[in-house]
Amino acid sequence: MSTLAVHDHEVAHHGDDHGHHHKATFLNTYVFSQDHKMIAKQFLITGIIMAVIAMILSILFRIQLAYPDKAFPLMETLLGRFAPGGRLDSNFYLALVTIHGTIMVFFVLTAGLSGTFANLLIPLQLGVRDMASPFMNMLSYWLFLIASIVMLSSFMVQKGPASGGWTIYPPLSALPKAMPGSGMGMTLWLTSMVLFIASQLMGGINYVSTILNMRTKGMDLWKMPLTVWALFLTAVLGVLAFPVLVAGVVLLVFDRSFGTSFYLSDIVLNGSQVQPYEGGSPILFQHLFWFLGHPEVYIVIMPAMGISSEVMSVNSRKPIFGYHAMVYSLIGITVLSFIVWGHHMFVTGMNPFLGGVFMITTLIIAVPSAVKTFNWLATLWRGNIRFSAAMLFAIGMVSFFISGGLTGIFLGNATLDINLHDTYFVVAHFHLVMGSAAIFGMLAGVYHWFPKMYGRLMNEKLGYLHFWLTFIGAYLVFFPMHFMGLDGVPRRYYAFTEFESMKQWLSVNTFVTWAAIISALAQVAFLYNFFHSIFFGEKATQNPWEANTLEWTTPVERIHGNWPGEIPSVYRWPYDYSKPGAEEDFIPQTVPLSQTMSSNLPHDFEDNPAGLEAHAKWVNTQKSNEEVK
Amino acid sequence: MAQLTEDKLDLAPKKFNMWIFIFTSFMFFAALSSGFIVYSGGTGHGINAKMPQAFILSTIIILVSSGTMYMASKAAKGLQFDKQRLYLWLTIGLGVAFFFSQLYSWYVLVSKMGIYFSNPNASQSFIYVFTGMHLLHIIAGLLLLANTLYRSYRNTPQVKNLYNMQMSSIFWHFIDIIWIYLYVFLLLNQY
Ligand code: HEM
Ligand SMILES: [Cu+2]
Repeated sequence: MSTLAVHDHEVAHHGDDHGHHHKATFLNTYVFSQDHKMIAKQFLITGIIMAVIAMILSILFRIQLAYPDKAFPLMETLLGRFAPGGRLDSNFYLALVTIHGTIMVFFVLTAGLSGTFANLLIPLQLGVRDMASPFMNMLSYWLFLIASIVMLSSFMVQKGPASGGWTIYPPLSALPKAMPGSGMGMTLWLTSMVLFIASQLMGGINYVSTILNMRTKGMDLWKMPLTVWALFLTAVLGVLAFPVLVAGVVLLVFDRSFGTSFYLSDIVLNGSQVQPYEGGSPILFQHLFWFLGHPEVYIVIMPAMGISSEVMSVNSRKPIFGYHAMVYSLIGITVLSFIVWGHHMFVTGMNPFLGGVFMITTLIIAVPSAVKTFNWLATLWRGNIRFSAAMLFAIGMVSFFISGGLTGIFLGNATLDINLHDTYFVVAHFHLVMGSAAIFGMLAGVYHWFPKMYGRLMNEKLGYLHFWLTFIGAYLVFFPMHFMGLDGVPRRYYAFTEFESMKQWLSVNTFVTWAAIISALAQVAFLYNFFHSIFFGEKATQNPWEANTLEWTTPVERIHGNWPGEIPSVYRWPYDYSKPGAEEDFIPQTVPLSQTMSSNLPHDFEDNPAGLEAHAKWVNTQKSNEEVK
Repeated sequence: MAQLTEDKLDLAPKKFNMWIFIFTSFMFFAALSSGFIVYSGGTGHGINAKMPQAFILSTIIILVSSGTMYMASKAAKGLQFDKQRLYLWLTIGLGVAFFFSQLYSWYVLVSKMGIYFSNPNASQSFIYVFTGMHLLHIIAGLLLLANTLYRSYRNTPQVKNLYNMQMSSIFWHFIDIIWIYLYVFLLLNQY
C-alpha cells in the first residue's frame, strides 16, 4: 500500500461522511474550529497581537537607550515597580529585550508566519479539502495560544520575566538565583516554550503529511507553487530541529530543579556563596540551542521567501525566473542549515580547526541564498510590474534580505567575528535579514491573500503609506547599528552613557529611537486597514490578482471543504504568465494544454509523447494554413 | 474496498503523521546522545561504571513484546480477533514489566552502585535522562496499545481496527529499537 497515493478527490468525500461538522455553531466555527482557513486566521490575528505587544516592548527599551538619564513619570504609572521613579529598572530592561526577541522570533515569525500561511495555502493551493488531521491542527493553534498567554503572564510575577536573552544561555537560565529574571520568569519561559514546540510539531507534522499525501490529481511535486515548496521545507526543518531544543530544555530543567550539573560548573554567587556544582558544560547548551537556532532562522525566512516568489511572479506578470533553481536552493538551504550552527559559537573557545569548518559551511550557505536573490531580480527584470501593496512588500523583502545577508558574510568569517560578536553589528545583521525581511514577506502575504481570507480587499493607498514609512523607518533604525557595532558597542547594555568610549553614540541612539517610534506608528495604518477591511473593505472578486494558482478557483465565500463540487485537476505549472501566443497574460493551472494550443511549447510535453505528437500536428497544420493564405 | 474506505477517512495521511512523529522522537534521542558525547568529550567525565544487569532483563522483555505485537497484528489481519486481543494483552503486560524492570535498574543504580541522578558528573545523570525519557515514550506506547485494545472490544470497523493496530505497532517497534540503541550506546560508553 503506497502512503504517497494521490488523494481521492471525488465529490462524495464532502457530504455525509463528515458527520461531525453538521451543525455550524459559533463555538465550532470561530473558536474550536477544525477548518484550516479559520485556523489560519486564528494564527494570523494572534500573531498580529503578539507582534504589536513585542513592538511596544521594543519602543520601551529604545526610549531607555535614547534617554538613559531622563525620568518619565508616565513610565512609572504604566509599569509600576518595573520603572521606579520613571526610569526603567535595569533588570527589567534585560527582560524587555529577552521577551521582545522571544516573541518576535518564535511567536510572530515562526507560528504567526508559518501557522497562517501553511494552514491557508497548503490545502488551497494543492487542491485539498483540509489537513491530514484537522483535529491535531486545531490542537496546534490552542497550544500556541496557551503558550502565548503563559509567556505574557511572566510580566505578572514579582521578579519579572526571563531576562537572559532569547537564547537563554546558562548559567543565567540554569541558576534560579542568578538574577531576578532567572527565577519564576524563567520557569514560565520554559513552560511556554515547551507548549510552543508541541504546537509547532503538531502543525509541522500535519503540513508535511498533507503535502506529501493529499495533493489533487495532476499536482505533482514539480507543479507546486513555490509557496508550498517553501512551507514544506520549513515544516521539515521544524520537525527535525525543534526536538533538539526540547532535549536542551529538558536538561536545563533538570539543572534548575533537580540539582544536576549538565550545564553548571564552579559558580560563585554574590562573591561568596559557592554553589555545589562542578563539571558541567555551558557550551553544551549552546550546541543544543544553536542546532535548533540556526535552522530556526531559516524556518523564519523560508516562508517569506516562498510568499515573495509567488507575489513577485504574479505582479510582474512573468514566470518566476529559475523555478527549479529556486526549489533546489531551498533544499540546499534546508540541508546546509543543519551544519552551520557553530558560527554562533566562534568565540566560545572552540577549536580553531572546527571554527574553520563551520566558517566554510557558513559561507557555502550564502550561495543558495544568492541564487534566490538573483532569481528574484531576474523575475522583476522587464516584467509588466503591477505595484500593488503586496508587490511592494515583496520587493522590500528582497531589499532587506540583500542588505542583511551581505553582513552575514562578514560575520561568517571566524576571525572577523572575534571583533563583531555580540556587538550591534550582529543586531543590525539579523534585524535586516531576518526581522525586517521576514516581516515584509509576511505582510506581502497578508495583503496578497487577504481577499482569500476575508472575501474583501485591503485599501491599497493605506498599504502604500504603510509600506514607505515602514521601509524607510526600518533602514533608518537598523543601518546605523552597523557603525556602532564596528566601533565595538556591545549589545544588551542598559546605558551606554556609563562608558566613556560609547558616550558619543548617544545621538545616534536618539535618532534610532525616533525612527523606531515613527515606524511603530506606521503600523497603526496597517492595523486600521486590516481590521477595518475585514468588515468594510471593498468586496473582492474571485481572482482579484489574475493569478494562476488553485486557491483562486474557490468561491469568494469561504466554505468548508473549499470547493463546492469536485476538486479541480491540475495540468500545468503555476507560472504561465504572459506566455507568448496565449489570449490572456495568465493561464490558471486548471486549464488543460488542449485548450491552449496556440501557446503550447514543445517542452510542455516532457514525458507526454502523445501530447507532443498532437502539438507537432497542430503546428504543422498551422504552417500549411499559413502557406495556403 | 478497504483501500477506498481508508482513503475516505484520510487514514493513510494520518499514518504518515505517525511516521513523521517518529522522526521527531528520533531527533530527540539523537540530540540527547550527541549531548552526551559533547559533554563527556568536552569535560573528560565518563560514566565509569558497569551498566546494571537488570538492563539485560529489560532488553529481553521488550524484544519479546515486539514479537507479541507482531503476532497481534498478524491475528488482526487474519480476522482472528480473540487472538489479537490476547496478544495485545500480552504486549501491554510485557510493557508494564519493562517499566518496572527499568525502575528496578534505577534502584540498583542508586542503592547498590551509588550512581545518583543529582551528580556533579553529568555523564552519570545522563543514564537517568536516557532511560527516563524512554520510559515516557513507553507510557505513551502503553496508552496507545490500551486504546487499540479497548476499541477492539467495541464494535469497530475492521479498517479502523487495522489502522489502530498499525499506529500502535509502528510506535511500539520504534520504542523497542530506541531502547536497543540507548542500551548499546550506554554499553559503549561505560568507561
Ligand atoms: C548569507 C548568509 C548568512 C550568513 C553567512 C550569516 C552569518 C551569521 C553569523 C556568523 C552570525 C553570528 C554572529 C555573532 O553572534 O557573532 C549570525 C547571527 C545571526 N543571524 Fe545570520 N547569517 C546569514 C543569514 C541569515 C539569515 C537568512 C537569517 C535569518 C533569516 C539570519 C539570522 C541571524 C540571527 C537571528 C543571528 C543572531 C542570533 C543572536 O545571536 O541573537 N542570518 N549570522
Ligand atoms: Cu546562524
